Amino acid sequence: MTTAEMIIAYAVWLALVVLCFSFLLTVWRVIKGPTLPDRVVALDMLTGIVIGFIALIAIRTGFTLYIDIAISLGLVGFLATVAFARFILSRGNREVPKEDRMKAFTASVPEPRRKSVARRPSGTGPAVRRKAKK
Amino acid sequence: MMDILLAAITALLILGGAGFALVAAIGLNRLPDLYTRMHAASKAGTVGSGLLLLAVGVHAGDLPTFARALAGFFFFVLTAPISAHLLAMAAHKVGYPLCAESVRDEMKDYDKRI
Repeated sequence: MTTAEMIIAYAVWLALVVLCFSFLLTVWRVIKGPTLPDRVVALDMLTGIVIGFIALIAIRTGFTLYIDIAISLGLVGFLATVAFARFILSRGNREVPKEDRMKAFTASVPEPRRKSVARRPSGTGPAVRRKAKK
Repeated sequence: MMDILLAAITALLILGGAGFALVAAIGLNRLPDLYTRMHAASKAGTVGSGLLLLAVGVHAGDLPTFARALAGFFFFVLTAPISAHLLAMAAHKVGYPLCAESVRDEMKDYDKRI
């Protein structure tokens, strides 16, 4: 192995480790992200990291055809983000504050299904729930 | 000597791209709200993957591959602001709040002005 190949091999190895770490951090944001747009941003970022992975594999194996795969993955990621943006626009904001959501979740678990359905009619806002409790 | 220089440039591009991706991921976790997280994801993340693509082009060493890598980089730089802008516009129009530390919101009365 020549010096040049060794430099590339070490750099690719280190970059793979760093990309793995950033991939895990981004997945953590997808899991945790309090709202839907947060998750969409993290998914967009995830596509970028996967493109980086593909580029590293292209360097490691020497198949430059991987560049085309990376470009098409970028196109798919862009279209997915645009579609998600349209979806967010058409869906509206229905995220409840986190304490409320957790309260509703833990309160509805032990009770029978009929009651919890009657308690939460169609809207899920705090005002509706408060009225239903009376 | 020449190939060592080329390998050093490639290694620099690889490590730079991976570092940008790491910075973007840290920013995605540390920043307070959606609109600031978008900064990290769409700027640093795009540059990270773009630098890695450029590294493939430099490493291959022939012109068609380098041109394709450059085209990919250009494509990512072109599409990232569009998608980030669309997403931020949709989220703001639907009413996702800014974080409490935000100083000003110039889009607050956007619907009234147009």
